[in-house]
Amino acid sequence: MSKLLVIAFDATDAATSFGFAHALGLPFDVLQLTGLSVPSGAGTVTLANLGSIPPADGLAKALQPLVAGYSHIASPSSMGSKDVLAYLAGLLDTGMVTDAIGVVSPTEFKRPIYAGAMTATIKVNCDPIIITFRPGNFGKDAASANGNESTTSLNVTSQATILSESSKGSARPDLSQAAIVVSGGRPLKDAATFESVIGGFADALGAAVGATRAAVDAGIAANDLQVGQTGKVVAPNLYIAAGISGSTQHMAGIKDSKLIVAINTDTNAPIFDAADLGLVGDLFTVLPELQRELKQ
Amino acid sequence: MKLLVPIKRVVDPYAKVRPLADGSGVDTTGAKFEINPFDEIAVEEAVRLKEKGIATEIVVVSVGGPQCEDQLRKALAIGADRAILIETDAVLDSPAVAALLSDVALAEAPGLILMGKQATDDDCNQVGQMLAAKLGWPQATFAAKVEITGNSAQVTREIDSGEQVVALPLPAVITTDLRLNEPRYVALPGIIKARSKPLEKRPATSVQSPKTSVSAVELPPTRPPGRRVGSVQELAAAIKERGAI
Repeated sequence: MSKLLVIAFDATDAATSFGFAHALGLPFDVLQLTGLSVPSGAGTVTLANLGSIPPADGLAKALQPLVAGYSHIASPSSMGSKDVLAYLAGLLDTGMVTDAIGVVSPTEFKRPIYAGAMTATIKVNCDPIIITFRPGNFGKDAASANGNESTTSLNVTSQATILSESSKGSARPDLSQAAIVVSGGRPLKDAATFESVIGGFADALGAAVGATRAAVDAGIAANDLQVGQTGKVVAPNLYIAAGISGSTQHMAGIKDSKLIVAINTDTNAPIFDAADLGLVGDLFTVLPELQRELKQ
Repeated sequence: MKLLVPIKRVVDPYAKVRPLADGSGVDTTGAKFEINPFDEIAVEEAVRLKEKGIATEIVVVSVGGPQCEDQLRKALAIGADRAILIETDAVLDSPAVAALLSDVALAEAPGLILMGKQATDDDCNQVGQMLAAKLGWPQATFAAKVEITGNSAQVTREIDSGEQVVALPLPAVITTDLRLNEPRYVALPGIIKARSKPLEKRPATSVQSPKTSVSAVELPPTRPPGRRVGSVQELAAAIKERGAI
């Protein structure tokens, strides 16, 4: 029988999975690895009660018996899910679809290739099918509740050991889930300027902060803020690009945003071709003014 | 310690590519090909480990047609010692590539496999993990820093919320992210020297039938053209009018 198992790394993952599950059109269960369950009645949810996500080799082995019997195993796309699910696909000797953005049928999916320059339709001929999907492309459907909830304990033994982890400890919304994202590039000069100008604007609007690869490489912004093909893919209602020229790899990460606003001093910057609204101007004067105007 | 570095031949990531007119695939006519940039970072890292006296031999391997020799020669020019080309003209998906690479890994018995986190053509991000799973080895994906001490690797990896440091017993698979290093420029003497380095071609013995295949390629929907606004007030009004805030 065809059935989907959503592997949610946390409660947010679980909450953003229903749109994909409904698009797939199969009955589904949720296995949530960490955290408490989503307060709204989710489908059949099993909580694995892990304190944190263990290294992939051990976690994938521990998941193997739990995924037996499912035709589809899917997670929202993240570095974490790609790490673990591809290892699981290797253990199961099965095929995988990374970054699904559309469901054609339960065995056919659309996904971006060449940094989003093209969309490929992937035909899958294996059982089970492992999938990571971009929740932004599937809408925020509510759960179809049947209210079953259970817990299981996962016994994870990994060869790899986690020695330390730097957590951003930010009170700001999560970049990949935020309704508003404001991103900055190299013109922000240094980390302190970036934090005060981009961070300050973001906090005033309750927005998440993003950055270009160039800004991250220059040490202006933290690596987990990178938006683009090799960073986070975002799909907010409003994306504000401040001092960003608009490289192909950056655009690949923002093109599903509902409204893209570009602010740049260079009237020829490629970002203006992709933006819905463009203003030629200096971000250092535009952002504070825009903040005042938007708050009015 | 022997290092194995799998590399993929990909269309130059800066080239503009389009779907074939019939939408059956990607039109690569006339395109320039390169080592997948993430794999090139892996080759560079391997060479640095050899320069530090940690690695003793670097073996690069590629799977595909005879034209992959160009990319293997480039890797040899960067500083790899020996190359293997597993020749096949079959269309390969990630599980098939991982299976072929796992055979090579078993035969070569490297202490470490270094490879790109994903290829810039299909952006799959799968083969490294599948290979580690097939071999039963631990892995560290998205590596930003690699240190080898004795029989273990300490890897700083990029994660969704920042960075994580993991220790891996070797052998292991490490996949490279952008910030691990900046590959060196290869000068002419390196290219000439690479011509005389060993490159062994073997036919792929058994190729798995693909579990996933591309049935169509299209351009993504284009956004309607945007408009320029003349002032911050106009911009704020337009944002509000669109209900984006």
